[in-house]
Amino acid sequence: MHNFDFVKPSSVADAVRALSAEGAQALSGGQTLLPTMKQRLAAPAVLVSLTGIADTKGVSLSGGALSVGGATTHAVVAQEARKHYPALADLAGGIGDPAVRSRGTIGGSLANNDPSACYPAAVLASGATVITDRRRIAADDFFQGMFATALHDGEIITGVLFPIPEKAAYVKFNQPASRFALTGVFVAKYGSGVRVAVTGASANGVFRWTEAERALSASFTPAAIAGLSLPSEGMIADLHGSAAYRANLARVLTGRGVASAH
Amino acid sequence: MTNVTMTVNGKAVSGDVEGRTLLSSFLREGLGLTGTHVGCDTSQCGACVVHVDGKPVKSCTVFALDVAGAAVKTIEGMANADGSLGVIQQAFQDHHGLQCGFCTPGMVMSAAALLADNPKPTESEVRHYLEGNICRCTGYHNIVKAVLAASGQDVAAVAAE
Repeated sequence: MHNFDFVKPSSVADAVRALSAEGAQALSGGQTLLPTMKQRLAAPAVLVSLTGIADTKGVSLSGGALSVGGATTHAVVAQEARKHYPALADLAGGIGDPAVRSRGTIGGSLANNDPSACYPAAVLASGATVITDRRRIAADDFFQGMFATALHDGEIITGVLFPIPEKAAYVKFNQPASRFALTGVFVAKYGSGVRVAVTGASANGVFRWTEAERALSASFTPAAIAGLSLPSEGMIADLHGSAAYRANLARVLTGRGVASAH
Repeated sequence: MTNVTMTVNGKAVSGDVEGRTLLSSFLREGLGLTGTHVGCDTSQCGACVVHVDGKPVKSCTVFALDVAGAAVKTIEGMANADGSLGVIQQAFQDHHGLQCGFCTPGMVMSAAALLADNPKPTESEVRHYLEGNICRCTGYHNIVKAVLAASGQDVAAVAAE
């Protein structure tokens, strides 16, 4: 890969300043960024590591919601979210493999918004709030298509606030080589209704399946969505699965999510 | 170049590195610790797994400067003080958990991380935990047996027997 200047600030303010440099790029766990840089698909002049900022790490309860620091690793979420939001812990514990989970972070995953990443499904289905160094962004406004988010240049995700549902589940059909979601569905049941977010399926990235949400809000049973179908237009098609396959998989996984929600 | 210091296998080490120097390169080329293997260099195979502050990481996907000050443990740190094989290493030998041996350093480091968290894993937990470590020789059965044996469990009960 091309060389760069490496800096590792210990406060959010210093990180924001460092990111204002020409060609600067934020580095969190690096589990996507390093392979991308090795392929020379990214060549930052300055890399600003965000993993040295202590107050953006950790999981805590905050007014009935679960607060997860932006630089919290998947391994820590898998462990510490378990008793508060088990479906979120399940999701974090199923990303990649143990060594990836030791490094990869929730903030890095959300900022990248890979169309097959797991975390965007949890954030969107939970109606979570993404907190940055300068503002709060509702999940419904955050995700803006494949690898696109509402973040401005140099804006840092410092945390995510998850309302805790009555019950929820994340069901992922693994792409067996990468262990990204070939398709994954997060189902979350709140007093105000059910939210369903699908990742890995649409070429536009994570999306809400509103038709299923309406049906499940009326009756939270697999049977409620058995007769629904997602259109295959706009779905990802590759050697692992056709667009129609993914559309069907999203429906099947939604049913499994409802059945296994806890 | 920037000077980086860290602790590797209990010893304080330092060396000059570039921003882009990977932890795997620093260990192998900077410190001569060639037990850490670089298989794929794309984060897929797990041959380069080492421990950073007790957690398994793929050393080909971490910058040396990003783990400055950390405690790193590599396969060279897994033997007993008298130079004999550690429990996990001995179990890999006893149960023929390797053929060519290329993936073995990563397998042993991942197994050690698993057993530190979960001292008596089930066969299924071992297989799940080793998902990020690819072996192209053994078909995994003997590796799983070795890890179960290292945990002090009866390997005869393993379904893959």
